[in-house]
Amino acid sequence: MTAEARHETAGERLAGLLLAPVRWGMNLIDRPMTWLQRRLGLGGVAAAFLAPNLLVFGIFVLFPMMLNVAYSFTGGGALFLNNRVFVGTLQYETLLSCRDFLDASSCREDRFWRAVGNTGFFVIVQVAALVLISLATALVLNREMRARGFWRAVFFFPVLLSPVVVALIWKWILQRNGLLNAVLVELSFEPTLWLVNRGWAMFWAIFLSIWAHLGFYTLILLAGLQAIPRELYEAAEMDGAPSWRVLTRITLPLLWPNLVVVILLALIRAVQVFDEVFVLTGGGPGTATLFLVQYIYETGLAQQVRNLGLASAASILMAAVLIVLTLVQLLASAWRERKEQR
Amino acid sequence: MSHLELKNVSKSFGPVEVLHQVDIEVKDKEFVVFVGPSGCGKSTLLRIIAGLEKATSGEVMLDGEVVNHLAAADRGLAMVFQSYALYPHMSVRQNLSFGLENTKTPKDKIEERVAEIARMLRIEELLARKPRQLSGGQRQRVAIGRAMVRRPGVFLLDEPLSNLDAELRVTMRAELAALHKRLDATMIYVTHDQTEAMTLADRIVVLRDGRVEQIGTPLELYNRPANRFVAGFIGAPHMNFLEGRFTGGDDGAARIELDGGHVLLLPIPARPEGEPITIGIRPHHIETEGGQARIPATVTLVEALGPETIVHAEAEGQPRIVAALAGQRSITSGNTISLALDERFLHAFDADGKRIEESRVAEEI
Amino acid sequence: MSGIATFLTRRRGGASWHFTDVLAWIWLLAGLLLMFGPVVWLGLSSFKTRAALSEFPPTLLPYETSVVEVEGFDEPLPLYRVKTEDGEERLLVQVRRIGTVAQMADPEAPDEIIRVPLVAREPVREVRLATENYSTPFERYNFLRYFYNSVFVTVVATIITLIFNSMAAFALSKYQFKGRTAVLAVILATLMVPLSVIIVPLFSVINGLNLFNSLWGVILPTVATPTGVFLLRQYMLTIPDELLEAARMDHASEWKIYWRIVLPLAMPAVAVLAIFSVMWRWNDFLWPLIVLSDQELYTLQVGLNSFQGELNVQWHYVLAMTVVSMLPVVVIFAFLQRFITSGIASTGIK
Ligand SMILES: Nc1ncnc2c1ncn2[C@@H]1O[C@H](COP(=O)(O)OP(=O)(O)O)[C@@H](O)[C@H]1O
Ligand SMILES: [Mg+2]
Repeated sequence: MTAEARHETAGERLAGLLLAPVRWGMNLIDRPMTWLQRRLGLGGVAAAFLAPNLLVFGIFVLFPMMLNVAYSFTGGGALFLNNRVFVGTLQYETLLSCRDFLDASSCREDRFWRAVGNTGFFVIVQVAALVLISLATALVLNREMRARGFWRAVFFFPVLLSPVVVALIWKWILQRNGLLNAVLVELSFEPTLWLVNRGWAMFWAIFLSIWAHLGFYTLILLAGLQAIPRELYEAAEMDGAPSWRVLTRITLPLLWPNLVVVILLALIRAVQVFDEVFVLTGGGPGTATLFLVQYIYETGLAQQVRNLGLASAASILMAAVLIVLTLVQLLASAWRERKEQR
Repeated sequence: MSHLELKNVSKSFGPVEVLHQVDIEVKDKEFVVFVGPSGCGKSTLLRIIAGLEKATSGEVMLDGEVVNHLAAADRGLAMVFQSYALYPHMSVRQNLSFGLENTKTPKDKIEERVAEIARMLRIEELLARKPRQLSGGQRQRVAIGRAMVRRPGVFLLDEPLSNLDAELRVTMRAELAALHKRLDATMIYVTHDQTEAMTLADRIVVLRDGRVEQIGTPLELYNRPANRFVAGFIGAPHMNFLEGRFTGGDDGAARIELDGGHVLLLPIPARPEGEPITIGIRPHHIETEGGQARIPATVTLVEALGPETIVHAEAEGQPRIVAALAGQRSITSGNTISLALDERFLHAFDADGKRIEESRVAEEI
Repeated sequence: MSGIATFLTRRRGGASWHFTDVLAWIWLLAGLLLMFGPVVWLGLSSFKTRAALSEFPPTLLPYETSVVEVEGFDEPLPLYRVKTEDGEERLLVQVRRIGTVAQMADPEAPDEIIRVPLVAREPVREVRLATENYSTPFERYNFLRYFYNSVFVTVVATIITLIFNSMAAFALSKYQFKGRTAVLAVILATLMVPLSVIIVPLFSVINGLNLFNSLWGVILPTVATPTGVFLLRQYMLTIPDELLEAARMDHASEWKIYWRIVLPLAMPAVAVLAIFSVMWRWNDFLWPLIVLSDQELYTLQVGLNSFQGELNVQWHYVLAMTVVSMLPVVVIFAFLQRFITSGIASTGIK
């Protein structure tokens, strides 16, 4: 018995027991890796470390990305590329042929344009509301208060819930005999069929996605607020600056880099809206809450007659928007980091 | 046997060459210190020896064999890092035994060796602790212990004392010297501190900007610095340099006129009149009386240390002269004193900073 | 205007109640109601019987009509509080209901039938948790299977993610090799293209590999997350190279350096990724929906969605299973709240 073994706690012993198979496995891999190291040197070892991730990555991300482009130029119902017919830009033409771009019903593929219109509307309203509410919540949480951890958790926890759970929680409240209608009746209002009315369905789609993601953005903004040196506020106070000016001249300018990142992240997410809304409304009533991802999913995979080409073309168009947004976001992040270092 | 030889070793990081054709020989069981200002390439050189860095050109030889292609682990060396690089998540015991485990040493042998090292370094009580629970000196010991467990032929130490406070540094210095005697191993030690180099080394290698300036025993370097850089770097307080020019003389002695008008006779071969020369003299070789060339100077600062008094002074044409006078003196700043240079300890350097040898020596060779 | 500003920018609570404090509290309490209320409502509702759920207006707590065993009747009979004509209140059981009149009896003297109009009586109710909402779906429907599938996908995908991502991050942070920048750039580029954009071609890749309708088809496309690689790489960059060099001098092989030195030291980041990965995989919906067609293979999310999408929604089961499917996440959150929130705040990932 060594001194160390005597001092081992129960927890450490348990960890040791759990780690034993891991240790065994790792030692097993050590041999081939050492052999590789002797044969190929450090460069070879690096390649070996990268290989599993890159392999999976190549097969399931990189290759499909290229395949997507290829699909968008082919037609027919076959699943595999070698059985598909090359049709040139036909799919794009189908998607983009409209007599009047402001009127979805004048388009060849009117569901696509309704999805584009819905998504556009959703993105603008949801991001604006989401950012404003997150900002307000972050400012409130940044005040000195008791039990701040609790309040932060209150706004944050829906972030961790699955979209299905989020949708079901609200669907239960919004249904005909649901809590919301009960409250309205109690206050002597008319009960409403929330998810059957086109306008309300969109409202609740937006509401739901704000409810679910609010905490995430609040957290990032809160971190930004807490990074603002307290002395700045104290200096402003010494200068007798009115609080409106403190907000517009100190808080917001210093928070601005974070705000930009938050806006862009929210935009990127909003363009991809799908899960919660799909479970809540199924895209309905009619096409009132049909969004782009659902259009792609249904056109390419969920319909009786799959139209892979059309779905791919639509997803390429969507990817283009996302790539632009992400590039801007990366630039903004880099800019924020540079600012923070100063 | 652990005999190390560097032949023409150069190293570039991209377009920047940080080591220029370094030639060094380290004999078995020798304690060699690489010293030089920060950024001169000491660590790089040590890492090339260790095998952690590849030389761009030149050869590293261990016991007569070229080891350039050998990986760090296969050279049979051990290294103590400046930051100690103790594994933070392992206990001291695990830190010490990790290397032995990797070479598939039997368990009882590992325990025995670890216990022996722990006893030798007096870290037995610390074996169960994590590095963050140790003081600087204790970490230092563990780092040395980790290097010792595998009984390497050569120890490489990169500024091992620079993270310790001044007092501890002196104690550890003595311990290291004792350890070297006991272990009977070759040690290569890197530092930017010339005192450490002087006290520890059998031989010192002075580096500057990736070049070897001089190799020699501490006293050789102190007494006969090969150039102005070594002269200024070795010895504390630093050597004084007085600017002047040749004004005559012959092969046996030269007449030098210092800026400010004082004239000296030096036992070096004369050079054409007007050629610039730098005279070096250590503060300890300046007195207030006797000697040659009494230079009147104004005292600007007095540091009374007790056993000696350090006097900073300004003379005409010579902006700053430091004298270390034995004992306690009644000098205050503003006083005018005359500085007498002990002619036996004058060093002469030419315009390129190279030492000008004395005539007598030149004749002997 | 400036009042709102005061409220928004204040950092220190004043000694007395300022109206901005009131505003802040209104915001917080409204938040509490809106964020927490629905979940509480879900929890309460999930313990109501099917009959109680169809009541309108709904009650807050899960009530059930009390029943009494009465001699001479096989079934227990529902108990009612009845106001008789002389203004007296009595507890009676209902024997039979005919039109607007109920035939009722005193449980002590069941032979004597009393006729009572429906308006004059009210059921006697007690709070009871309908725990069968939770047990039946597991016994009679496929939910145990769904639960198992979800656990399998989550655990396996997370383990593979951690191993593959940490290996790649190690290579990308601790080795200089040709093409490193290229690999980093490719991984960065794919951050821009989320799964939702490549579902169509990915579906055919999965088909081509015979992974359609298999849990592995759900797992594999998710494990090479670029986010995970970046998160771990950023962290590993902060581990000093000298430690690796010390280990190399200590005869450690590169693999040993990876799993004995770097991996333990990167544990904080690995843990963050592990938590994220568990949440991602547990909550995944679109991709499992696409890949899994066999009921037996549904994950909890997909199963729940298909269950709620049926024509005649069995809300009492749906609600209970919703609670079950959010339980692991809630438990994780309860224990690791600080860890999760600081992880998100510092990485900007969720
Ligand atoms: N990995 C590297 N890449 C580029 N330059 C380096 C690297 N390591 C060291 N250098 C440069 O080489 C020179 C010598 O460094 P070093 O050997 O660490 O100096 P010392 O240890 O003497 O302070 C310095 O100028 C340093 O900037
Ligand atoms: Mg150094």
